[in-house]
Amino acid sequence: MTDLTSLTLAEARKGLADKTFTSLELTDAHLSAIEAARVLNAFVMETPDQARDMAKAADDKIAKGEAGPLAGIPLGIKDLFATKGVRTTACSKILGNFVPTYESTITSQLWRDGAVMLGKLNNDEFAMGSSNETSCFGPVGNPWRRDGSNTTLVPGGSSGGSASAVAALLCMGATATDTGGSIRQPAAFTATVGIKPTYGRCSRWGIVAFASSLDQAGPIARSVRDSAMLLRSMAGHDPKDTTSVDIPVPDYEAAIGKSVKGMRIGIPKEYRLDGMPAEIEKLWEAGAAWLKAAGAELVEVSLPHTKYALPAYYIVAPAEASSNLARYDGVRYGLRDQGRNIKELYENTRAEGFGAEVKRRVMIGTYVLSAGYYDAYYLRAQKVRTLIKKDFEDCFAKGVDAILTPATPSAAFGIGEKGGADPVEMYLNDIFTVTVNMAGLPGIAVPAGKDAQGLPLGLQLIGRPFDEETLFSLGEVIEQAAGRFTPARWW
Amino acid sequence: MNASVRQGKLIKGQTGEWEVVIGMEVHAQVTSQSKLFSGASTEFGGEPNSHVSLVDAAMPGMLPVINEECVRQAVRTGLGLNAAINLRSVFDRKNYFYPDSPQGYQISQYKSPIVGEGEVVVELDGGKVATIGIERLHLEQDAGKLLHDQSPSMSFVDLNRCGVALMEIVSKPDIRDAEQAKAYVTKLRSILRYLGTCDGDMEKGSLRADVNVSVRKPGGPLGTRCEIKNMNSINFIGQAIEYEARRQIEILEDGGAIEQETRLYDPNKGETRSMRSKEEAHDYRYFPDPDLLPLEFNQAFVDALKAELPELPDQKKTRFVADLGLSAYDASVLVAERESAVFYETVLDRLANRARDGKVAANWVINELFGRLNKEGRDITDTPVNAEQLAAIIDLIGEGTISGKIAKDLFEIVWQEGGDPRAVVESRGMKQVTDLSAIEKVVDDIIAANPDKAAQVKDKPQSLGWFVGQVMKASGGKANPQSVNDLLKSKLGV
Repeated sequence: MTDLTSLTLAEARKGLADKTFTSLELTDAHLSAIEAARVLNAFVMETPDQARDMAKAADDKIAKGEAGPLAGIPLGIKDLFATKGVRTTACSKILGNFVPTYESTITSQLWRDGAVMLGKLNNDEFAMGSSNETSCFGPVGNPWRRDGSNTTLVPGGSSGGSASAVAALLCMGATATDTGGSIRQPAAFTATVGIKPTYGRCSRWGIVAFASSLDQAGPIARSVRDSAMLLRSMAGHDPKDTTSVDIPVPDYEAAIGKSVKGMRIGIPKEYRLDGMPAEIEKLWEAGAAWLKAAGAELVEVSLPHTKYALPAYYIVAPAEASSNLARYDGVRYGLRDQGRNIKELYENTRAEGFGAEVKRRVMIGTYVLSAGYYDAYYLRAQKVRTLIKKDFEDCFAKGVDAILTPATPSAAFGIGEKGGADPVEMYLNDIFTVTVNMAGLPGIAVPAGKDAQGLPLGLQLIGRPFDEETLFSLGEVIEQAAGRFTPARWW
Repeated sequence: MNASVRQGKLIKGQTGEWEVVIGMEVHAQVTSQSKLFSGASTEFGGEPNSHVSLVDAAMPGMLPVINEECVRQAVRTGLGLNAAINLRSVFDRKNYFYPDSPQGYQISQYKSPIVGEGEVVVELDGGKVATIGIERLHLEQDAGKLLHDQSPSMSFVDLNRCGVALMEIVSKPDIRDAEQAKAYVTKLRSILRYLGTCDGDMEKGSLRADVNVSVRKPGGPLGTRCEIKNMNSINFIGQAIEYEARRQIEILEDGGAIEQETRLYDPNKGETRSMRSKEEAHDYRYFPDPDLLPLEFNQAFVDALKAELPELPDQKKTRFVADLGLSAYDASVLVAERESAVFYETVLDRLANRARDGKVAANWVINELFGRLNKEGRDITDTPVNAEQLAAIIDLIGEGTISGKIAKDLFEIVWQEGGDPRAVVESRGMKQVTDLSAIEKVVDDIIAANPDKAAQVKDKPQSLGWFVGQVMKASGGKANPQSVNDLLKSKLGV
């Protein structure tokens, strides 16, 4: 039965519809895979009983011909999403054993469409990190290893659990969130497909907030088609999130296989970094060639403010985070570390509950919003953000349909290898992805090849606002050309 | 600064006269069913934490959604303050840690408020008026309440009020003494109550004021101000200003300097006390709330609200003076409280002849009714004589059925026993006698019984009054005074 886990979501949907297997069988196969892969630490909470109940309910509906678009499909949920009755911690000690009485809008839409929850997935604490090493549950192992090496690598972050679980065939797809690259970078590190939709495409209601103006949820899946199927259920307007946009959700799957002939693909010269590994450069050229072969036209474009994106991001995101995380104060829920007075209670609780990276960002954010520094930092960063957004608008106004870039400046690295002495070393992981969040645009990471050590590398496609369909069409071309990549099982 | 502001009462110190400069921030709770950013009820007095949504409790992943009714109420209020309405405003986060603020920040409006500059005209003693400028009005969340008296070792938090919409109405520093300050809050409260945008109940905390006080030599540069926080009584506001101004003058005259600080007023001791100094002030790290889009609406939205605005006290007063010939003072008294104006206008509506009796009705409402209510410490909403009954009494006077004097007796009966005034007049024989033959008989009897006095009348016409009195007395007050007068004059040959 274990080979059921190697199906794509689309294949599983067909098998369920044809009654080749049941959702319960499919779910059990994944539950076994999860159990066998605990060394990866991808799941921080397994919910097998709930999974089986949901699978049985899905089987009933399939039998009655009432199946929703994701009926019986077992998924993993990033621990940032509130799940009713199931512990939700954002992988922070400060939330302790917090059990929400409510379900996030996105997960409730997935359950509405028949999906099955296998459990909660590991992530960087409050989604702050690019390697999943800041989680209070410990790091996640990447199912990929360098050729001939036993070194465990990071799966990227912050959605490291999601990417690892999807790549290791522990779930057919996973929810994830992306504030500066947290969907796309781990997808690239694990040879999975990750899409961060346009800001406002998915509801943020019920997702633990990191930086509200940048946070956006999306899926990580095993193929472009699978990610299109998942996004269709996740997207949509939500009156409970004022920043979600009220426009219809298209049938994203219909964009798969659509011709890209005549599309203009921008190649931004500013993304050609000094010292960028030659194999990343080569991959980028290969991607461009595949798209050209499919009939697209390549044009060099300029995004002149790119170099300011990362510094500006590391002002805006911590600023919002410092305020968003103020609610974790030990008063109403989660961890409480007593003190002699309320101030001590706050200090003790937050000192004990937050990890080092979260503390660093809360302090940076508090600093940049302080009287006397606001104009020099926060206000200036917002101006940079406006310029970055304008760069893209100018580019799209010239008839460019999408922009092709590398997803990451390198392949996955070893646990503990980066950022130990200098956090900026870690922050540089997001160099190609943060601009997309700053501009609120959709971006997809698609596996495109391997580096010399056999580690997967991904390409990123950036689209116009709410034009995820073009990204799926182009992503499919890359996937068809590059093929799909599965790690050799070592766990 | 503002030409129409009258000078206030100066305070005499050791070194001469001092002028007080006052600006106010009034926090008015918006009248609405649910909170500013959540669906929880705003009802007062519920069990602790019974009106708390997931948003109010700042559970992880919760997001605020603006309550449109609160926006409408703020715009209405802005219009009532003759203020500029900003079609685009922005919600900001004011960051601070305190258990009454679960989010760790208050959502407020900092740089771009929903309402801009406006003005309020206040009436002062002696018929003077002062125009107090409004700087701005913005929407913000109220905080929860801490209960310290439930346990010796713990404090409890009640979040019922947390997230309820407040309008912070900031005046310009146009107020010059305690009387003006009290008149300003009174007028503001009246406007809010007319508009129905705040119930103005200061005891329940629906209206609270922070008062900024500084002193200077008349015409001199502005002094350093102190802020007296959280005043919930108009009288206390007056007392606190008086105390605070004298405290500052004393310090300055002793060669000291005023420290900018936040103070609290202790009504028991009648003094203000330091709460925190400028150095201890929070850095609130304001920034635009990324969970909320800028608040935008069009002029048509504003115009529609404007078209439905009720008549406000100033307009009502002007109308009462112009249409009914009331004195400015009487009109002010009637419009000061919305309920009083409503009562008076209900009386007007019931009158048989409002053009003739409108002014009489004003006198009755102000002198008889308000006088009597005051004496018994009752409120107009709790009056034993309702508008319909009072209108009937005034009709009875106007049509000549009873005299003004009898009317007062009738008012007393209705106050004590209730009933239809017309029926009371009938059943108790209080009708004025207009039957000339009946009055004539009484007149004749009185003249016959007092021949000496009758003879004197020609020389002393003022003694006619004595005869009128006698006839009225003999008729039990029911004779029509005009008929009595006419009859006596002809019979006595005056």
